[in-house]
Amino acid sequence: MKSILRLTVNGREREDLVPQNMLLIDYLRDTVGLKGSKMGCDGGECGACTILVNDAPQLACLTLAATVEGKKIETVESLSQNGRLSKLQQMFHEKLGTQCGFCTPGMIMAAEALLRANSNPSDEEIKKALEGNLCRCTGYVKILESVKGVIESNEEAAA
Amino acid sequence: MSAPIPNIEDLKNAKPNKAAGARIPLVDGIEKVTGKAQYTADLDDHGAFTGLIFRSPYAHAKIVNLDISAAQALPGVMAVITGEDCGAPFGILPIAENEYPLVKEKVRYKGDAVAAVAAVDAETAQRAINLIKLEVNELPAYYTPDEARAPGTVDLHERRKGNQERSVNHEFGDVEAGFSEADLVKENTYHCAEVTHAHMEPHAALAEYDAERELMTLKSVTQVPYYVHLMLTQCLGMDSSRIRVIKPFVGGGFGARTETLNFEIIACLLAKATGGKVRMQLTREETFLTHRGRPETDIKIKMGLKKDGKITGVQAEVTQKGGAYGGYGIITILYSGALLNAIYDIPNVKYDGYRIYTNTPACGAMRGHGTVNIRFAFESLLDNIAEELGLDPIEVRRANLLTSEFETVNGLRGLSYGLPECLDWAEEASDWKEKRGKMPKNKGIGIGCSHFVSGAGKPVHWTGEPHATINLKLDFDGGITILTGASDIGQGSSTIITQAVAEILGVDYGRLRIIANDSAITPKDNGSYSSRVTVMVGNAAIDAAKNLKGILVEAAAKKLDCAEQDIECLGEVYRVAGSQDPGIPFQEVVNEALVGTGTITAKGTYFVPEAFQGTGKQRGAAVGSSPGFSYAATIAQVDVDEDTGLVTVEKIWVAHDCGFAINPLSVEGQVQGAVWMGLAQAFSEETRYQDGLHMAPNFLDYRFPTMVESPDIEVKIVEPIDPNGPFGAKEASEGALSSIVAAVASAVKDATGIEMTETPITPDRLMDAMIKREREEKRNASKKGAA
Repeated sequence: MKSILRLTVNGREREDLVPQNMLLIDYLRDTVGLKGSKMGCDGGECGACTILVNDAPQLACLTLAATVEGKKIETVESLSQNGRLSKLQQMFHEKLGTQCGFCTPGMIMAAEALLRANSNPSDEEIKKALEGNLCRCTGYVKILESVKGVIESNEEAAA
Repeated sequence: MSAPIPNIEDLKNAKPNKAAGARIPLVDGIEKVTGKAQYTADLDDHGAFTGLIFRSPYAHAKIVNLDISAAQALPGVMAVITGEDCGAPFGILPIAENEYPLVKEKVRYKGDAVAAVAAVDAETAQRAINLIKLEVNELPAYYTPDEARAPGTVDLHERRKGNQERSVNHEFGDVEAGFSEADLVKENTYHCAEVTHAHMEPHAALAEYDAERELMTLKSVTQVPYYVHLMLTQCLGMDSSRIRVIKPFVGGGFGARTETLNFEIIACLLAKATGGKVRMQLTREETFLTHRGRPETDIKIKMGLKKDGKITGVQAEVTQKGGAYGGYGIITILYSGALLNAIYDIPNVKYDGYRIYTNTPACGAMRGHGTVNIRFAFESLLDNIAEELGLDPIEVRRANLLTSEFETVNGLRGLSYGLPECLDWAEEASDWKEKRGKMPKNKGIGIGCSHFVSGAGKPVHWTGEPHATINLKLDFDGGITILTGASDIGQGSSTIITQAVAEILGVDYGRLRIIANDSAITPKDNGSYSSRVTVMVGNAAIDAAKNLKGILVEAAAKKLDCAEQDIECLGEVYRVAGSQDPGIPFQEVVNEALVGTGTITAKGTYFVPEAFQGTGKQRGAAVGSSPGFSYAATIAQVDVDEDTGLVTVEKIWVAHDCGFAINPLSVEGQVQGAVWMGLAQAFSEETRYQDGLHMAPNFLDYRFPTMVESPDIEVKIVEPIDPNGPFGAKEASEGALSSIVAAVASAVKDATGIEMTETPITPDRLMDAMIKREREEKRNASKKGAA
């Protein structure tokens, strides 16, 4: 069974005919063609597919596409605007918050969700927010530094 | 091609790019943070069939009948293949190829690949898999080395009687004489659970067969495209020139992908059978089953020390549970012995290693290959003996240091040795003297040291070729393309190679582009393993850049009408040294250089000097030889919850001697990652099998620390400059790993007084040990009371 799915993906309104049992990760990767969000596990274990649904982080691999009808979806591809990396992307790049890069899209989107909800989180709050996003390369040290780098640069801009 | 008119001021102010030692981000970092980086599963697979593997539910069985007829008859199924479709075995070592992409006659572990299907979509492929019927005669299965080695067992492999894949027996010096000189000799046993790489990207391959032209193209997650190429040639029965292997972005490897894996060959066999394109995307569970991780290891180790802490002899017996196939096993068991040496000055060393086949997924190479478990045992026993002799753990290590130029009893040589400085920094930074043995109850601090090769002195396949080759292409546009076969798997090799070229030529990064891993375009490289790339490919990159620079200097001299030795190269500007003339921009030099020759290709190579290829006379003497050894000293501070046995790591200080940090940011990242991976092995990682069935093939059951549980890791880079290294560099991503397991065990002992001899140090194990000690104390107290 297929049905019409209407939603916004990275600022663009879309209307697609999708199977009712289609997962959001497959819809984004295969139907829309946004391959940034990754599938790193067999479902809900690693966080590599983290995307934003109406500004809140969600695992696209555990979400049926049909359940996000009418909602605003954002993936890592939405962050860079007018040829400029977002601050979070810039920090992950400059501070080596990414090594192999496979967890990075999900990690960045989880951090993006945190910073939208709380512009000045503590170290503990950052760790808690990213706890469901596994990384095997960095030991998380430079990921923490990357997120903190955004907060520090915001503070500098405000001062 | 005319260059833009140069600005005089720009010319005058030109400075060469000081790239070596610069803290720059990854050259492919932007692709990673924007989601543009394409991993194998992200590639255009339009029109591809889906490939799936039918896996054995039996641990050890003889195949009686394999019926694929119903699967073949299912509409939408394009091909079904079995062991009969590939006659040639594969393996990493030419002398130990005992694995087929799909099994023949026998299955040897639960998950062994028996048949494969290509179908129009995943659902159809799965239905076809469900229609395959496997009839077997089950054989006795063995899940531990002891079971597999017991008398009267059935051999997993015909040519390996008693299921022993390999034994290694070496003695250097006279270990008994060493022990008789010692003031204290102790022996202990240690046990390490099997662990796996758990790289974040699941295994994937995309194979395309062009039937009209008879060309095969494989894109895969490999760390070693060259070895994959060789094995495809063998298993597909195709001429190697008709095969092309491409490595896209790879989401980590840690050794899992340092040998050809069965699904890579299966994808190609299916592509050939369908005459089209086949995608294989293994599940996380299948990725766990493909395995090749660090083997479960039993270690019996004996050591003698003089009162002043000097080690007089070491004897170790190591047994590794190898799993069902050889893989890198022979190397692993050799490394465990060879690298007992080259960290401390030890005059007498005896080693007996045994690699045993079992009916579990095959082990292989994993970060810190062969060294991690033996190092944990060695460092723990050293601590133990030092304590009994009343020596500080750091002092006992200081009593056994090598010199900066050394040759070990087994013929390993080194030209730099930063361990003393690593120890000094770690001691100071952690406030060791104020803490060791002096912390509040249940808090403790401990140390471990480790080392690793910077590439194997002798490659696995010895062909007489250089150890590494780099090509540089310079054309009319003034852009320099670096062509390399070195596999960037996230460790940053493309960045390091780019920095090496930028440093020699002095040009801006914008002029450089790196293309890696396409066998049709890039030079062969042995691959990313044994931490060989920085030293070997880095040296080749320097050589290539120097060759290119020679061409440019010659052209500049011609253009400026002076002698070559008078040319001053400022990277983007060439000028006559000492002259008032501001010089000419790079593009003009290029234009001159192209006259009469056209596009320039400069090549660079690297050979490991013969003296560093292993000078020992014994069999396997080349194992462990390397142009340089990295060193690390790690201190861990822990807090133990005495009610739950849970250990919290509060802080890690790690000093790593990488010779010279070509990119300090990258070195920090590698060292932090290595230490963290070691922590995960020390406290939580453990593959578990029930009657051969993997009980933790996912990230919920196979536990490693999340961000919440991960401590701060402070890194000190120690740079003694190694004459063999590019700009003095050695490896930076494996060496520190082995030290941490020992360091945390040492810290747990400082906190609780209990020496944990098994990894992972789970709350269960630590609680058991604490309860046992409590009971013993009570018993002793009551005995005393009775007396």
